[in-house]
Amino acid sequence: MLNSKIIFMEKIMAGKTIMVNEEGFLVNFSEWDCNICEELARENDISLTDRHWSLIDYIQGEFKNQVPLSIRKIGKSGVVDIKELYQLFPNAPLKTATKIAGVPKPVSCI
Amino acid sequence: MKETNGEIKKMMIILSKAGLESVYAAFVLANGARMEGIDAEMFFTFFGLDAIHKKKLQHLHIATVGNPSMNMPTMIGGLPGMEALATKMMKKEMEKVDMPEVPEFIEILKASGVKLWACKLAMEMFHYKKEDMYDEIDGVLTVGDFYKKSEGTGVHMLFI
Repeated sequence: MLNSKIIFMEKIMAGKTIMVNEEGFLVNFSEWDCNICEELARENDISLTDRHWSLIDYIQGEFKNQVPLSIRKIGKSGVVDIKELYQLFPNAPLKTATKIAGVPKPVSCI
Repeated sequence: MKETNGEIKKMMIILSKAGLESVYAAFVLANGARMEGIDAEMFFTFFGLDAIHKKKLQHLHIATVGNPSMNMPTMIGGLPGMEALATKMMKKEMEKVDMPEVPEFIEILKASGVKLWACKLAMEMFHYKKEDMYDEIDGVLTVGDFYKKSEGTGVHMLFI
């Protein structure tokens, strides 16, 4: 079972207690807000610009519509191309962007 | 090991075959490395050069002969059109799992920062020129150059 050993823990972020998994992804998207987003970004050495926010909006929209995310899809989204995605989030872009957006880690290999 | 605590910093992937199954394996591994924040460089040698050859990269096929996983007798696999048929079927399945075709995949690799190197010796052997290759390859290297680029801790090498 892929998810049999997931450990959740409490973490205080932006003055709120929230639940995260062992990789630091939010367990409940409903706990995400702009302050938590800023703090998650800082933890990942990202200073958020309008371009980051556009992508975060897109990622959250896809999550709400239950559309699985992949680098390829983001590249075709019209929001950013793949080159810019790697510029905005240089280290593990899909993982970092989804973590900051408060949505679960995508399971895509592409 | 001690310096990086076992962490993988860079993948050096050598592709020596042009069968679609090998090319995709190499591309997925290189792209997957970048997705995890791991650097990736690819060295295309022998038939692997087809994967970055402008005129050939769009026409790569699955090997139906000498491929035990095809579950077909070698003689049938060798019939005209079998490779094309198997390739068509595989591409249909790949699209379902959001796997891009080779030309788009190479663009994704480049945009993700994967370095693409062609093997000098194999280029000479096949009489390929740099202008025959995909425009955005990073250069033509000797084996020695490639080893030089593989120096450092946390660098892993993979031969496909």
